[in-house]
Amino acid sequence: MAALVSVQGAEQLRVEGELAIQFAAELKDTLLRSVQATGEVTLDLSGVSEVDTAGIQLLLLAKRAAAAVGCRLRYINHSPAVVDVVELLNLSATFGDPILLAVAAGADR
Amino acid sequence: MNLDAAFQTFLIESRELLEEMERLLLDLEGAGESADLDALFRCVHTIKGAAGIFGLDHVVAFTHVVEEILDRLRARAITLDDSLAALLLQCRDHIAALVERGADRPGETLEADGRALLAALTPWQANDVITPSLPIVVPTVSPERYERGAAGDVWHISVRFGRDVLRHGMDPIGFIRYLGTLGRIEHVSTVGDALPEPDVMDPESCYLGFQIALAAATDKATIESVFEFVRDDCELHILPPGSEVARYIELIQALPEEDARLGDMLVASGAVTRTELANGLSGQQAAEGAAAGSPPRLGEMLVQQGAVAPALVDAALGKQKRTREARQQSSQYIRVQADKLEALINLVGELVIASAAAGLSAQRSHDAATHEAVASVSVLVEEIRDRSLELRMVPIGETFQRFQRVVRDVSQQLGKEIRLDISGAETELDKTVVEKITDPLTHLVRNAVDHGIEAAAVRITAGKSAVGTVRLNAFHESGSIIIEVRDDGSGLDRDRILRKAVERGLVTDPENLSDGEVFNLIFEPGFSTAEAVTNLSGRGVGMDVVKRNIEALRGTVEVESARGAGTTLRIRLPLTLAIIDGFLTGVGVTSFVVPLGNVVECVELTPAQQLETRSRDFINLRGEVLPLVRLRDHFALSGASGRRENIVVVGYGGQKAGLVVDELLGEHQTVIKPLGSLFTHLSGISGSTILGNGAVALILDIPSLLSQVRSHDAGRQERRATPRRARVLAGS
Repeated sequence: MAALVSVQGAEQLRVEGELAIQFAAELKDTLLRSVQATGEVTLDLSGVSEVDTAGIQLLLLAKRAAAAVGCRLRYINHSPAVVDVVELLNLSATFGDPILLAVAAGADR
Repeated sequence: MNLDAAFQTFLIESRELLEEMERLLLDLEGAGESADLDALFRCVHTIKGAAGIFGLDHVVAFTHVVEEILDRLRARAITLDDSLAALLLQCRDHIAALVERGADRPGETLEADGRALLAALTPWQANDVITPSLPIVVPTVSPERYERGAAGDVWHISVRFGRDVLRHGMDPIGFIRYLGTLGRIEHVSTVGDALPEPDVMDPESCYLGFQIALAAATDKATIESVFEFVRDDCELHILPPGSEVARYIELIQALPEEDARLGDMLVASGAVTRTELANGLSGQQAAEGAAAGSPPRLGEMLVQQGAVAPALVDAALGKQKRTREARQQSSQYIRVQADKLEALINLVGELVIASAAAGLSAQRSHDAATHEAVASVSVLVEEIRDRSLELRMVPIGETFQRFQRVVRDVSQQLGKEIRLDISGAETELDKTVVEKITDPLTHLVRNAVDHGIEAAAVRITAGKSAVGTVRLNAFHESGSIIIEVRDDGSGLDRDRILRKAVERGLVTDPENLSDGEVFNLIFEPGFSTAEAVTNLSGRGVGMDVVKRNIEALRGTVEVESARGAGTTLRIRLPLTLAIIDGFLTGVGVTSFVVPLGNVVECVELTPAQQLETRSRDFINLRGEVLPLVRLRDHFALSGASGRRENIVVVGYGGQKAGLVVDELLGEHQTVIKPLGSLFTHLSGISGSTILGNGAVALILDIPSLLSQVRSHDAGRQERRATPRRARVLAGS
């Protein structure tokens, strides 16, 4: 279950599988490479089956790195696994991207 | 609470941090690795934070600038060159001076120094930096916080995970999820402030922390048990529902993280309301403005306001300590007062004596059960003795590290380029010995740098590398620790030493001296061969003092030198000053203890040999000439020699001799009791001890006995051995 960022054009990225420590080093490189230039990058998270702390940490890092170079990085199509963790850690505001599935999942707050 | 005590802790911590800082700076000068920059930054940052708590504004203001420069270094906005490293070292010294002054305003000169340093630092500062105002904001509270009722049963949990948590296969998110099973997670704030710059961030390290508000009817132990598997690998704070003071402790503890952000998080989790936070902060600022002249220490101010319990300031200091611990990660320390340890070791000494007495009486009782019980007690006592002595053992490395600075400063002053090589830093020895050896060692190192190593031009002419090397080495050898100071300089000039010695009348027949004896002359009082008297050494004092200091520790120093290749000074010290393993012997009614480390073997003196040796002071031991010392004669003891005699062959520093005694009484643990000042001139005896039966035994000083044998040998031709000691010992 490799989690890879496949590049669909320069600004469209997609993570497939586990956003987790096993693939953290690889993911970090790909993510940071793509947020180098100014512009707009979207990361499709719909294929993410699992997220762990290392994964979340990378998402935080990428956001920060993007902001530093003036790149607009957006996370879209959060999979239930991602939503779950983002809600648990109360990071939706930090990420700042609309989470479409969040309505139901975050209702108890 | 005792604020003074807290301030003392601050001083101690700061000194340690400053020492660490010095070491890091010196490392950086050599290597320039970025990992150390982080540690360096943390040192300065922690000092700044703690100084802020005590209201040491001048320290804060100065460290702030230094911190900023380190931060820029870390971010690679500027690079570290020699001039900056040297400047940072000076800044370190300045901070040390400021911290030592405590709450006092720095004096005129110190302030001028500070201004000069700040001016020197300007080129490295960011352009938009203005002179620092007070950057530290300590969240404080107004008294009404106490009146607020408990806010339900919401626990506040603050956790910072260790870097390696992920690598150990733990997932912090999992712990938070599991927390959810205890009750309802009201709020989670993710603290990502520790995330480093993207290019240095290790994706497999954990940099996150969490502030969690948990509504649950449970107890602290249960919550703690959730984090059991990472307990050693994370910083965990659990605040019980409605705990007021604790929340503020929490605030201060989190100080190195951005205060404002932390405040926001607490507001978000409902622990504090925004008004309360704002009140606390503005209250502090107002007080600061009003007391601009001589601001009271913040800690005192808070206590006066009744706003904080003593725990608060302690917590702030605890924070400082924890950062340090996190830095050392693997090793955990407990700070114990030296005198408590001293008392313990004294007691252990008494215990050893008492257990020997118990053993003796058990032997007399002929009761097997008692005998066995006493035997197992004495095994334990022996172990306790070893362990408690180990408590005082510290690696010598820390002392060695200090010389990096000495060598650096001295060599710069002299315009030489010198490297200090350290090996055997992990070698352990008694703390009291370490303390006392530092001064002599400093002298030897300075000497090596000043006189030992030649100027670069001379070195190149001699075909050596322009960079001189001073080597510090330590290792254990047969119950002693050996410390070597070696330089690859020009070596000692035998002829010059000899000439000088004759001039001063120290030697009469210069022809018959061995190299070793000539070199040892440098330890004579008033001896110096330095051609140029520098302000460092060469004034003719020193080596004799060094030797005296070392001998006071029951150690010896010897010198070895090869022309053109360098000089080695070798210090040999006992591992500990308190207890030794001894070998007990008897001469008539008197008992003597020979340190076991010196005993080579025991041989019986047969009646034939007894006759044979009566008229001379040596024996043929397996084809070797062994000089004999008859303890009975040597110490002028009364009574005729026993029917049977034994020889205890002792060795020290490559020399051997046989001590003739009546009885061999076996091994004996010896607690050294120093002799009174009346006996300080007494050579051959290093101390006394009390035996199990209450009698006093004298501990032989083998090195000095051996040297007496040597000088005795020389004079033997002229006259037969005469009793050398008066009846000092009769009373024992």
